[in-house]
Amino acid sequence: MQEFAVILVSSILINNYVLVQFLGLCPFMGVSNKLESAIGMAAATTFVLTLTAMASYVVNALVLEPLGLIYLRTIAFILVIAAVVQFTKMFIEKTSPLLYRVLGVFLPLITTNCAVLGVALQNTSKDLNFVQSSLYGFGAGAGFSLVLIFFSAMRERLASADVPVSFRGAAIAMITAGLMSLAFMGFSGLV
Amino acid sequence: MNKTWVTPGGVHPPENKHQSVTQSIGQLPIPETLVIPLSQHIGAAAIPCVEIGQTVLKGQVIAKPAGVVSIPMHAPTSGTVSAIEHRPIAHSSGMLAPCIEITSDGADTWIEHEGISDYEHISPAKLVEMVGNAGISGMGGAGFPSAVKLNPGRQRPIDTLIINATECEPYITADDSAIRERAEEIVEGIKILSAILDHPNHIMIGIEDNKPEAIEALAPHVEGTGISVVVFPTKYPSGGEKQLIYILTGKELPSGKLPADIGMVCLNIGTTYAIKRAIIDGEPLVSRVTTVTGDAVGIQRNYDTLIGTPVSHLLAHNEYNEQAGGRVVMGGPMMGFTLPSAEVPIVKTTNCILAPSYAEIPDDEPAQPCIRCGMCAEACPASLLPQQLFWYAQAQDHERLEAHNLFDCIECGACSYVCPSNIPLVQYYRAAKGEIRHARDEKVKADHARERFEFHKERIEQAEREKEAKRAARREAALKAKANPPAADKINGASGTKPEAKPSSSAAEIIAAAQARAAAKQASPEDQKAKLERTIAATEQRLIVAEEKLAEAIASDSDKQAVLSAAVENTRQKLQQSKTKLAELTA
Amino acid sequence: MIELISQNPILAALVALVGLAILFGALLGFAAEKFKVEGDPIVEQIDELLPQTQCGQCGFPGCRPYAESIANGDEINKCPPGGQSTINAIANLLDVPAPELDAEHGEESEVKTVAYIREDECIGCTKCIQACPVDAILGAAKLMHTVIADECTGCDLCVEPCPVDCIDMLPVEETIADWRWSIPVQPGQMIATDRRGELASQPNSEDAA
Repeated sequence: MQEFAVILVSSILINNYVLVQFLGLCPFMGVSNKLESAIGMAAATTFVLTLTAMASYVVNALVLEPLGLIYLRTIAFILVIAAVVQFTKMFIEKTSPLLYRVLGVFLPLITTNCAVLGVALQNTSKDLNFVQSSLYGFGAGAGFSLVLIFFSAMRERLASADVPVSFRGAAIAMITAGLMSLAFMGFSGLV
Repeated sequence: MNKTWVTPGGVHPPENKHQSVTQSIGQLPIPETLVIPLSQHIGAAAIPCVEIGQTVLKGQVIAKPAGVVSIPMHAPTSGTVSAIEHRPIAHSSGMLAPCIEITSDGADTWIEHEGISDYEHISPAKLVEMVGNAGISGMGGAGFPSAVKLNPGRQRPIDTLIINATECEPYITADDSAIRERAEEIVEGIKILSAILDHPNHIMIGIEDNKPEAIEALAPHVEGTGISVVVFPTKYPSGGEKQLIYILTGKELPSGKLPADIGMVCLNIGTTYAIKRAIIDGEPLVSRVTTVTGDAVGIQRNYDTLIGTPVSHLLAHNEYNEQAGGRVVMGGPMMGFTLPSAEVPIVKTTNCILAPSYAEIPDDEPAQPCIRCGMCAEACPASLLPQQLFWYAQAQDHERLEAHNLFDCIECGACSYVCPSNIPLVQYYRAAKGEIRHARDEKVKADHARERFEFHKERIEQAEREKEAKRAARREAALKAKANPPAADKINGASGTKPEAKPSSSAAEIIAAAQARAAAKQASPEDQKAKLERTIAATEQRLIVAEEKLAEAIASDSDKQAVLSAAVENTRQKLQQSKTKLAELTA
Repeated sequence: MIELISQNPILAALVALVGLAILFGALLGFAAEKFKVEGDPIVEQIDELLPQTQCGQCGFPGCRPYAESIANGDEINKCPPGGQSTINAIANLLDVPAPELDAEHGEESEVKTVAYIREDECIGCTKCIQACPVDAILGAAKLMHTVIADECTGCDLCVEPCPVDCIDMLPVEETIADWRWSIPVQPGQMIATDRRGELASQPNSEDAA
């Protein structure tokens, strides 16, 4: 039980994939203009991360390791990720066409989200079991969601605020992300 | 003692009420002309039912209500209707609105009127009708037709009647002085309301603790009636309907709902007095108590003012010194607005004319950037987030504004009052509300236009389909005819009706048949002649018009001369042709 | 069989990857069938935001075709009757930046106009009736034509076809009911030479010297 709590706290706060490990920055900056699209993206990415963590563990344990194909990890994981993302894309297109339209190209880009591949590879390198892997995957997704939603809320307020001309748009967003990152690094040493 | 609750936020601006309660309610000399706007209330404007030059008596109906949410207007004094036209009214836009002007004859003769004393045994519906006929609308400032408010429908039983005697805004003492002098009549009015609303369980008069004289005046009259006078600490803005309901009952009125939805009715105490006069004395609403105050007027006092009295008349009577103050405000310093000119009339919702000196209410300081201090959110009595509303109003983000409950803002001005940067926050919210309402209206219009367009498309397509069907049918018939043996020559209708296309196998026969049809269509020579004569007459007329136009164009040397002269020539030729044809026919 | 694969690494790799690919392909194929999507409801949502004047100034024969074009990636700034507020609304819906109105397609006019037929000159040709997209003109052949002002959207399409040029576009008067508060000036603009928000490249009388 305590172990699960530690895993979650670690993956959500201390080793936050976006602000501490700097993975998955592309959707972080690209989809955070509006709160609604950010929430949609966060949900999609969490879904992908959890499923991928589970599926990649299974593929690793049942196919790659027994057959001694460790060197095929990257390719095999990309295959898994692509399939899961494709499935997610179809699901979103069906249930929320507006979200599908709003996410646009960023939805299939979850495939190349380094956080997803990063989680899968880190799980194998840390030699975790199935439950731990899944929890890490879910925690990564939760951490990504938390930060993405905070950031998009801030960007929405920045959009109507009195920002100097040269800082408007991406510049002030980057500065904000940097300050958030500083804040999250304060969590290090928590556990 | 009734329990009271405390509303969130609120401010304590200096009261400045002592200046205008030193004397009793005064009477003004009747002004020479009175201007009665047709729209002094929420709802449709009243429709005039008098003519210019007509003599009217005091209390006579001069405008009828237009629909359910509307009230009639009555002549405030006897005299002659001198104008029915657009006049300046007390509106922030400075625009004109339809009004009826009455020139008084000085006699102030009442029309025959009669009230009823036994209201307990009259049906509530009849009482409400009397209130409606008396032209009573909310006199606290909103102006909602009281008859509509008192008619919540049988499915909404009223449990609590609240009489609003709060008068929380600084400077205004109209209700205060009315209560001091007319407490007995007011309590009578409350009893009438109770009868109309089927005797609610709780009847409360909500009043602030800065009016001890008024409370004392009410005390003997409410004893034993079941009406409680509930006194609560002074705070602005406790007089708002939602705020008062919360203070007296602890119940929060949900967003978008009316007090009737939670079993309550809230009426201003001035309106209550007017209802008493309407039912018991039979007098329609023709006057109200108005406070005239501010350091720019020599006399500060409350007056029984006739509706339609020009503000200038009030100011002149009270020794107004234009140099001392830059503006005249209708209403109080928090929610009132500066009048575009003093020539506007008093209306049923005017509780105060404030003429401050420059020292009393200095000019607005320029607004500085928002420092995000959050004082506005602390002061808001409706628990809104004025800072967020401000930023979103600047960005014109309608979605976020509605998400932050912009329409629950009562525009009390507490947020602007506390803002350290002097930002006129309420103006932002008013502008934003206007924008959103405008966008909603545009959407309704656009949807309507889309419906019409779809129908238009549908109609065209339907016509096309029918044409296609007819063509197909005719083709079918032609094919069938080819199969059948050819019939005899067709008969031509003497009256010129188009004969049916008879089957004919050879091309020559078809052509002959068509020619015969055309000849038949010519009908009799008399008809033709008549038709030609008509055509000639019409063409002659057109020629005259065309020649006139050409003359005009030549006179003004316009560049349409060539076009017009060509048109004239054309018409002449047509006329010639028709005349020739007629000559041929008669020959 | 497993031994054969384990001992032959290339074969093992091949079998593993192909096996995985077939497995996932099958799963996705099944999902594709289950989550099939018909039509494109985004077009409806864009159409809701357009002003429905059916004027054709965007280059499309009506508002719905333009909505369809936007759904296929067309520029959103082609609608003058909608103006900047419509552009902002569509930008908000599609989460794209909101550009300025494309002047090529027309100017946004502040004043709403409504068509008016000068009845003295009307010849009853019905050309304007056929042109009106919302059937706002009342009339028939050789009978008087009149514009129903409440239904007219000000789209201008009737002016061209009229052979006697008797249709005027008259501005609609603003009444006290239409009047709206205007938004106050942005706070903090006290210093005269403070060019907050404006590009400094614009010369003015002080700098040009």
